[in-house]
Amino acid sequence: MITKKDLEHIGWLSRLELSEEDREKYTPRLNSVLDYFGELDKADTEGVEPLYHVMPMSNVFREDVPAASLSQEEALSNAPKNQNGFIKAPRMM
Amino acid sequence: MASINELKERIHADSSVEIVTEYLEIIEKSKLNAFITVAKESALLRAKEIDSNGHEGPLAGIPIAIKDNISTKGIKTTCASKILTGYIPPYDAHVIEKLKNAGAIIIGKANMDEFAMGSSTETSFYGPTLNPWDTTRVPGGSSGGSAAAVAGSEAPLSLGSDTGGSVRCPASFCGVVGLKPTYGVISRYGLISYANSLEQIGPFATSVRDVTTLFDVIAGQDPRDSTSVNREANYSSALINDVKGLKIGVPEEYFGEGTDKNVDRSVRDAINTLEELGATSIEVKMPNTKYALSAYYVIAMSEASSNLARFDGMRYGLRTEDSDWHTTFSRVRAAGFGEEVKRRILLGTYALSAGYHDKYYLKALKIRTLIKQDFERAFKDVDVLIAPTMPYPAFKLGEKIDDPISLYLADVDTVPINLAGVPSISLPCGFSGRLPIGMQVIGKHFDEAAILRTAYTFEENTDFHTRQPEG
Repeated sequence: MITKKDLEHIGWLSRLELSEEDREKYTPRLNSVLDYFGELDKADTEGVEPLYHVMPMSNVFREDVPAASLSQEEALSNAPKNQNGFIKAPRMM
Repeated sequence: MASINELKERIHADSSVEIVTEYLEIIEKSKLNAFITVAKESALLRAKEIDSNGHEGPLAGIPIAIKDNISTKGIKTTCASKILTGYIPPYDAHVIEKLKNAGAIIIGKANMDEFAMGSSTETSFYGPTLNPWDTTRVPGGSSGGSAAAVAGSEAPLSLGSDTGGSVRCPASFCGVVGLKPTYGVISRYGLISYANSLEQIGPFATSVRDVTTLFDVIAGQDPRDSTSVNREANYSSALINDVKGLKIGVPEEYFGEGTDKNVDRSVRDAINTLEELGATSIEVKMPNTKYALSAYYVIAMSEASSNLARFDGMRYGLRTEDSDWHTTFSRVRAAGFGEEVKRRILLGTYALSAGYHDKYYLKALKIRTLIKQDFERAFKDVDVLIAPTMPYPAFKLGEKIDDPISLYLADVDTVPINLAGVPSISLPCGFSGRLPIGMQVIGKHFDEAAILRTAYTFEENTDFHTRQPEG
């Protein structure tokens, strides 16, 4: 069960600003989905390994050779704020 | 509704420019809202080039619609989200490179649920797509624009992506053919990720043959997607009109409570048709199917919460007024994401957070093992499984959108396939009134040949795929 207070914390972890109105609206909706996820508890998974990936592959390596990549201009072409060849970020504090 | 071969003949006789112009005119007049962006100028330019270069390549001069979560160099790519406002990819997805090499012409970017999160194309920031068979109904989702474009003759071919049914669901609701290949067969490079361990790009067309031709073009390993696999195959050679000796498994769990009676009957009739053509069928048990939906949503939301962290307004897309570091990101995301996307990010973050990780995420991954084992067990006895794609035909616009659980429940028959990573094709197998019904043919890992052959044989011996929406 998520409370409105929990939702404030989850919103912070998710970097999603939630208004008081959002929290009011989302709390019951999220809880109804979590209730549904309660189904999971009914499955017997004693001794079952988790499956992260369907194909039995791991550590896929390739040769570390430079290849063609985007120019600085192309890489910055979509940044809403850029200056002198850099992306302009907001202040830290 | 022209096939690739018919279009090729016309392109040779007339020109690609003429064909592309005709489709552009249909799109312009359409009320379906199947496209977010129509690439009119670049499509005509490319058609002219191909006309003067002599129509080389398996798809030379043929238009195709691309779901708007697949990166297209120089063409706006939005994921149907406000947060990608103005984004123009500086590179092509692997499948787009392959399509261009084959001579295909990108005619536009197809509408979808925002970030592919939905089963109705109603969560698009650009408004819903309408079902060509009945414009008061949804086309399915999340690749609703791709399916509606093909069903509405706005494009002969299209690409979608399938994370939990997003190709097969709209194929079923719009009466076209859609394939979700085995995980890894098509490179995901350039597909804007929602839940990367589940999703695959997939082709749409009006026939199994055309879906297969398109699949042959876009499949293949790519070092830029380390999960892509090397399976050189000529899938078109699997298209043989013969199912003698084929063993079909019928998973009764997929015909469960909530399955529309017309859907149930059409799919069972289709299995009978295949039996008359020489196949045999047996019932198979897939007892963990009942946990698939919850496990799927926990995994998909968890992966989404991580994948969508990249949308922060710095490198691309929407940027709101600056404040401090974290507040700026939080406000960009609050302003840019729609409600369903926020809901999934919040729930995914919660499912991965300290204290809940084992209860939700880890538990879902263990259930994923059980689901995969269900398929492995079933495929010891049978070659393919046949089941409804969706439990019912297309529902009304607005009918489910305010009730997330009822919308999630629509995916009950499609999500187990993504959890197991097996291939599945949806094709028309009947009608409920004027609404199409789809069945899915599911195969073993990398056995696309068996499902394509089964689907092709069914199609060659029935005429459901030849019907077209009116108007």
